[in-house]
Amino acid sequence: MRFTQLTDNDVAAMLETIGADSIDALFAPIAPAHRLSRPLDLPPALSELELLTELDRLAGRNRSCDERVCFLGGGAYDHFIPTVVDHLASQGEFVTAYTPYQAEASQGALQAFYEFQTLICQLTGMDVSNASLYELASATAEAVLMARSITGRRRVLVADTIQPDCRVVLETYTRELPIELVPIPAREGQIDLATLRAELNDQTAAVLVQTPNVFGCVERIDLSTSAARDAGALAIVMVDPIACGLLKPPGLLGADIVVGEGQPLGIPLSLGGPYLGLLACRQEYLRKIPGRLVGVTQDQAGRRAYCLTLQTREQHIRRERATSNVCTNQGLLALRAAIYLSVVGQQGIVRIAKRCLDKAHYAAERITTLAGFELAFPDAPFFKEFAVRTNKDVDKVLATCRRRGVSAGPALGRWFDDMADCFLVAVTEKRTRVEIDALVAALGEAAA
Amino acid sequence: MSTVEPSELRGAGLVPPEPLIFEMGSPGTCGVSLPPQDVPAAEAASVIPRELLAEGPPPLPEVGECDVVRHYTRLAHRLFSVDGNFYPLGSCTMKYNPKINERASAMPGFANLHPYQADEDVQGALQMLYELRMALAEIAGLAEVSLQPAAGAHGEMTGLMVITAYHRAHGGVRPKVLTPDTSHGTNPASCAMCGRHAAIVESLPDGRVDLDDLKKKVDDQTSAMMITNPSTVGIWDGQIGEIARILHDHGAMLYLDGANMNAILGIVRPGDVGVDVMHYNLHKTFSTPHGCGGPGAGPIAVAEHLRDYLPVPQVVRRDDRTYAWDHDRPKSIGKVRGFYGQVGVLIRAWAYIHALGPDGLRDVSEKAVLSANYLAARLGEAYPLPFDGPYAHEFIVVPRFRDYGVTELDVAKRLIDYGVHPPTMSWPVPHCLMIEPTESESLSTLDAFAEAMLTIAREARDRPERLHHAPFTMPVSRLDEVTAARRPDLRWQAQPDESTEAS
Repeated sequence: MRFTQLTDNDVAAMLETIGADSIDALFAPIAPAHRLSRPLDLPPALSELELLTELDRLAGRNRSCDERVCFLGGGAYDHFIPTVVDHLASQGEFVTAYTPYQAEASQGALQAFYEFQTLICQLTGMDVSNASLYELASATAEAVLMARSITGRRRVLVADTIQPDCRVVLETYTRELPIELVPIPAREGQIDLATLRAELNDQTAAVLVQTPNVFGCVERIDLSTSAARDAGALAIVMVDPIACGLLKPPGLLGADIVVGEGQPLGIPLSLGGPYLGLLACRQEYLRKIPGRLVGVTQDQAGRRAYCLTLQTREQHIRRERATSNVCTNQGLLALRAAIYLSVVGQQGIVRIAKRCLDKAHYAAERITTLAGFELAFPDAPFFKEFAVRTNKDVDKVLATCRRRGVSAGPALGRWFDDMADCFLVAVTEKRTRVEIDALVAALGEAAA
Repeated sequence: MSTVEPSELRGAGLVPPEPLIFEMGSPGTCGVSLPPQDVPAAEAASVIPRELLAEGPPPLPEVGECDVVRHYTRLAHRLFSVDGNFYPLGSCTMKYNPKINERASAMPGFANLHPYQADEDVQGALQMLYELRMALAEIAGLAEVSLQPAAGAHGEMTGLMVITAYHRAHGGVRPKVLTPDTSHGTNPASCAMCGRHAAIVESLPDGRVDLDDLKKKVDDQTSAMMITNPSTVGIWDGQIGEIARILHDHGAMLYLDGANMNAILGIVRPGDVGVDVMHYNLHKTFSTPHGCGGPGAGPIAVAEHLRDYLPVPQVVRRDDRTYAWDHDRPKSIGKVRGFYGQVGVLIRAWAYIHALGPDGLRDVSEKAVLSANYLAARLGEAYPLPFDGPYAHEFIVVPRFRDYGVTELDVAKRLIDYGVHPPTMSWPVPHCLMIEPTESESLSTLDAFAEAMLTIAREARDRPERLHHAPFTMPVSRLDEVTAARRPDLRWQAQPDESTEAS
């Protein structure tokens, strides 16, 4: 059989050593009545060549971003992935190792995660980062649980301008817990600060705000965090790591906990996963962090060495009193992000962020010259993504774009009843002027 | 205290220390290139409020591409892996990860799909996910599968939420979840995440659930019992049908932690023996690689009465044979993660199932169980086996070298010198090693491991003090993990600040 190596002779010799008559005898503890008396009803085994042919056929039934130029946003972005990221993260040692429990035999992974933690701190201006969570939405929920644990309070103010799937996941996570989620409405594409201030009280555990937010608008994080601080609540800020190349790091704007989607840092779109949940916080909340942490120590010869640490927070020691149940996280994606940030470096991240800003503003300017299209929030600053309002049928507009070989969206009616006439456009550093002009032409055709 | 030479403590000695990426490079180095600017530049200060603009670049490294490649390549070489080493890490199913699976998930037709593309643009991927959903339901013998959960623990949490939603709709919330004393630590942690309280059910000396204790503890406040079968000590609990009956009589559900599915593929289907909910660990049973700790995937399978409560969205096949995401499930618990699950991992599992087919999957479990029992037979003389076989896909030994001062930790660390990743240590039985060879290994690899274990048993008697310092062949020797936890240093800083010790 594929992927097993024992021959019939091996099996006979092993059974003899065991003192069993047959492999079946080893399954004696399983009562016959409990056993499946037929083969599994699954397709027959395919040879490698047949499997590749089938994979090619199924892959060929998808219209990937190679065929449809990607202006899609909403939380996943088509940034360029340097070749070295794929190359290094494909090394078999990184791909096939387990969680680095055995430090002496796992220094490579541990050092890479220590570097990842540092890189995320450098990017966000925070004191400590964990070694990854699943993706942004569950990381956001974990940050809220963390804030509840730190403050002992149960009220959480959630901006209506955060990515809506994150809000839905947060609702799922907190439904059976003593946590009250209070929505804070949007005003002109940004959190309504007056309502935020009015809703803050001494029972408020946290304020949850995102920048750039679901509409692509850059929020006045400094004002949200200072309002939270005045009420003794924590400020949880959701960020785009690429935007950190241009925007002031949330750590300098008063954030207590920062979460983010690490997908833009060298991780393929892959239809939504696996992605990379980022979570960083101030030093004082160190022992409340969910997930793995890697720390520095010394070996017996006094050499610098790395190990998993503060494991008494974790499920395998603390069980139901753990800070989280997170066990397997997103190690290989954290490695990808570390390689990405290492090779891009401090100059590269600034240039990539600036290029996103340039291209997005060029696209917005061109789109708003078209009759029937305008920015949904013309007065709000944006980074690489913006909401467009149209007097045409949004679904038809986006379908026309697809026919013309470009994808834009998603339609904001997906999440907001009062925005059925709006859709998102995201423009990364990858997009060329020719591609942007093709999007504009497609929108023009849809409007005609 | 030691007869170990200092030179030995420096290990291989030939491996120079690898600097941190932050200690490499020089200011001005940039490893990235961008195409020529082809649009007018935006004036950042005029489109973004000044208060929100960074005053300078983030202090990231400045290292050239060549040195980045060398750095991470050298790190890769300081790492045991399934590709390089026998890795009998109990409960983790460190089987061979077929390379075609990596090729599959990296195909541009899968890797370059945006999650908000129209369903019509991703029909191949949706078909694959639908087929995986159906295959996992068949293997489980359960009605429906959700592919959403990101990892095993996430699957546990999702499964408990589904059970809670069901109870809420049928007579009210039940606060208590039973777990055996040998359960994975994630089980009680997942209970807490869902606002449930975990209560312990004792195990019998032979490793099975104590039914009398179960009967004492189950009541109408019990929502479920979470069990692992074969259990974490590697024993199939034949009472599973009876356990299910006891729980069902009280309106409670049986949850199977699927960590040990590698022992029963095509042999027992959990749904056929009374399981109501289970999660898979695709990164264990279905060979998706562990990636130094993820990404995994933890799909859950549920019985008919629970299917309406599964998370959204669900991948479905429409009557016209097209595939779609169905978000319209009014009783659903909601979403448990962004987008649609760990799709890149799910593709690998699809490829694995198709490579093996029904006979190949059964062969996996037969060879995994055979290999475990073979190693138990070879090691039993030197390493006491606290439970009687036959074993499932893994087994427990308890090194008894206390007279020589040698612990399970010493044995584990010494194995590293033999090129073997140590087994799981000290859990679920004190002082034990839990050994799971998987189906992947050749007889010569199994024999080499057995010989190494027997040699270490002799060393434990003849040179016990030496074992306390193993391993000797790694870039570092044993670590001071106590100081790491007492004075956490979790990030590099340009100028170490002595005042940042944790409280």
